[in-house]
Amino acid sequence: MRSSTIDTTMATFGTLSDRLTETFKNLRTKGKLSASDVDGTVREIRRALLDADVSLDVVKQFTATVRERALSDEVNQALNPAQQVVQIVNEELIGILGGQQRRLEFAKNPPTVIMLAGLQGAGKTTLAGKLAKWLKKDGHTPMLVAADLQRPNAVTQLQVVGEQAGVPVFAPEPGNGVGDPVRVAKDAVKQAERQQHDVVVIDTAGRLGIDAELMKQASDIRKATNPDEVLFVIDAMIGQDAVNTAKAFQEGVDFTGVVLTKLDGDARGGAALSIASITGRPIIFASTGEGLDDFEPFHPDRMASRILDLGDVLTLIEQAQQAFDEEEARKVAEKFATDSFTLDDFLKQMQQLRNMGSIKKMIGMLPGAGQMRQQLDQFDEKEIVRTEAIIQSMTPSERHNPKLLNGSRRLRIAKGSGMTVTDVNQLVQRFEQASKVMKTVAKGGVPNVPGMGPVPGASYGGRKQQKKKGKSSRSGNPAKRAAENAAIAAGTNAASAGGDAGGSGFGIGGQNAPSGDELAAVQKLFGRG
Amino acid sequence: MAERSWSLKGALRGMFAKPTIDDETWDDLETALITADFGPAVTDEIVEELHEKVDRYRTTDPADLQRMLRETLEERLARFDPTLHLSERPAVVLVVGVNGVGKTTTIGKFAKFLRNYDRSVVVGAADTFRAAAVEQLATWAQRADAQIVRPQQERQDPASVAFQTIEFAKSHGTEIVIVDTAGRLHTKGGLMDELSKIKRVVEKQAPIAEVLLVLDATTGQNGLAQAQAFIEHAGVTGLVLTKLDGSAKGGFVLAVQERTGLPIKLVGQGEGIGDLTGFTPHVFAQQLVG
Repeated sequence: MRSSTIDTTMATFGTLSDRLTETFKNLRTKGKLSASDVDGTVREIRRALLDADVSLDVVKQFTATVRERALSDEVNQALNPAQQVVQIVNEELIGILGGQQRRLEFAKNPPTVIMLAGLQGAGKTTLAGKLAKWLKKDGHTPMLVAADLQRPNAVTQLQVVGEQAGVPVFAPEPGNGVGDPVRVAKDAVKQAERQQHDVVVIDTAGRLGIDAELMKQASDIRKATNPDEVLFVIDAMIGQDAVNTAKAFQEGVDFTGVVLTKLDGDARGGAALSIASITGRPIIFASTGEGLDDFEPFHPDRMASRILDLGDVLTLIEQAQQAFDEEEARKVAEKFATDSFTLDDFLKQMQQLRNMGSIKKMIGMLPGAGQMRQQLDQFDEKEIVRTEAIIQSMTPSERHNPKLLNGSRRLRIAKGSGMTVTDVNQLVQRFEQASKVMKTVAKGGVPNVPGMGPVPGASYGGRKQQKKKGKSSRSGNPAKRAAENAAIAAGTNAASAGGDAGGSGFGIGGQNAPSGDELAAVQKLFGRG
Repeated sequence: MAERSWSLKGALRGMFAKPTIDDETWDDLETALITADFGPAVTDEIVEELHEKVDRYRTTDPADLQRMLRETLEERLARFDPTLHLSERPAVVLVVGVNGVGKTTTIGKFAKFLRNYDRSVVVGAADTFRAAAVEQLATWAQRADAQIVRPQQERQDPASVAFQTIEFAKSHGTEIVIVDTAGRLHTKGGLMDELSKIKRVVEKQAPIAEVLLVLDATTGQNGLAQAQAFIEHAGVTGLVLTKLDGSAKGGFVLAVQERTGLPIKLVGQGEGIGDLTGFTPHVFAQQLVG
């Protein structure tokens, strides 16, 4: 019996959000909550949080609070007690994760000094590059400082990262044990003043929480440069030791904020909860990939929703808005409406979609995506490349008018793109269907998207509740439409001058909706036959 | 400050100092095991097992419980054979793991470890992705007095660097080849496929002696997910546990070892080049429990 529970926890419910979703499945369907319901739920939450590496003390505190609130009058008087429990958990999670989103503090008199500290391998140097690039995009003129003189070739790594980010690197010492990091940091601030860099990002050596000597060095750097922000960089995959480490750094250097790295793995949540709860310091940024752009401000409410598997909808929207050229989007929306959407535009859309980053990552942010993790793993992004190949093997006039595509043209295209005629046929068919759906959207309609249902705790602004429309003739693949919507939502919203709610196009596949079929449909859209 | 020694002693001190075993003792034991990252499942198992033992032997002495805990852990850790198999010539060792666990550092220490036995070693810098990873490995190779094969151009296909490293070993008669790979999160399908390719390419040239998965002791329960993905894609044959010199206990490796059947083969406990040792369950349990 024991081994079976282990297997399910390990294999099926890999993450905290999956576990809680499973726990709440039973709650959602029940009308009333008994004390034993609550106890059962609380036990599951405890187990889920421990499996997610939330520190034991935090788990105890958290579950005690949830239990108390779940048994109190506020739930009994509620219309749907089960939803209320979900909301309590959500609220408590947000509370621990820091409530409001906290922004970076800039100095009144530049340069703003930002110091990075953390364990070895937490990802400080990579993060320095990401932060610098992000600051630069935001109109700042940052400078990176190589004060990790410990790890072999950390200085070289920072120089490469700086070059990739297009940001100068102050590296007067070769590193590998040579040079005084405190002095480097101090000189860097002066250098920044001279060269008018308004932000200085100091990369320091990774250290263990128990290494008194290196901790003192970090503390000395802090004293010498008087930073406006000291960011504690920590790996999202860290276990129970997060507590010891965070405490040691708080005592040794003290930090003003936390950056969570490697959030693109499947270990999310645990460390974030523990650190925020124990140190009281806000998590400011989240790092979500190896590219220098895989970096975003941390949103406590979104993280909580993500843990609850409500999906990280807002982040997704923001990314979409960044990647889509508004002008381009307006044109596309016009084209839908006037029926002049061509395969060329289809190709462009797809390329823009790719600019947003990994499709998998995006789908992973959608509500309920936790349930399709396995299918996600099988999703092959190369299908997009194949679809591109097919379209690019067409002549401009064919792309403009797919009706031209007779048998021999299709054969030529298949040969040119290394695909089969069947693949070409399917693409053309999909394109026709897609443009029909998109036309509906562009004209202001909502194509058969299943409603989210009332989402507890999802009270972020601008979220419009979806209304279920009558079944269309092409029902059965809402995720396909979801993806189509994702492709154009930012566009249509921009086109309608922001009047529409930002999330309307994303209000898809609610708690119970996503299934293997739907993901298959997404795959279909991107070219899988 | 956190406790200097890597051990559960701090967490267990209170409970073993008491005159008799009571409910609080069991609570403390559970807390200690969870805090050491054994995870809720393994913790429950161990607590249950010890409960039975204590009942069977009708003991109330916490000192007995401490001994039983040590024995239980040792017995469970010792179920697998931690021997490194490096008898082929060249013996090819592939080192894999997620980002930041200490792969490159481990390779430096491992090369030194092998050089101490007077084996000739060449390391292959097949981490062509992370900035300056090649230079970092070169520094370690120099410290360990090992040869190094570098990529000939930037962003060279890692599989081809691995290929060239083995070619080098064959033509120079080098006994042991250690191939560094880029850190990758186990959730990235494309990167995991790349790893499979490296393995395929290497296997065409020479049988792979060991594929070592490096796990960071500070990792939590995610370590198991990491191990499973790397086994699937890279055919891991053994585990290396790093960063045991910190305050983390790395308890999750017990679950990893038991669920995957992969033995822990090496343990890294410091930043110095000599801080890598073979894995001895007895010593490990002793250090952990005291």
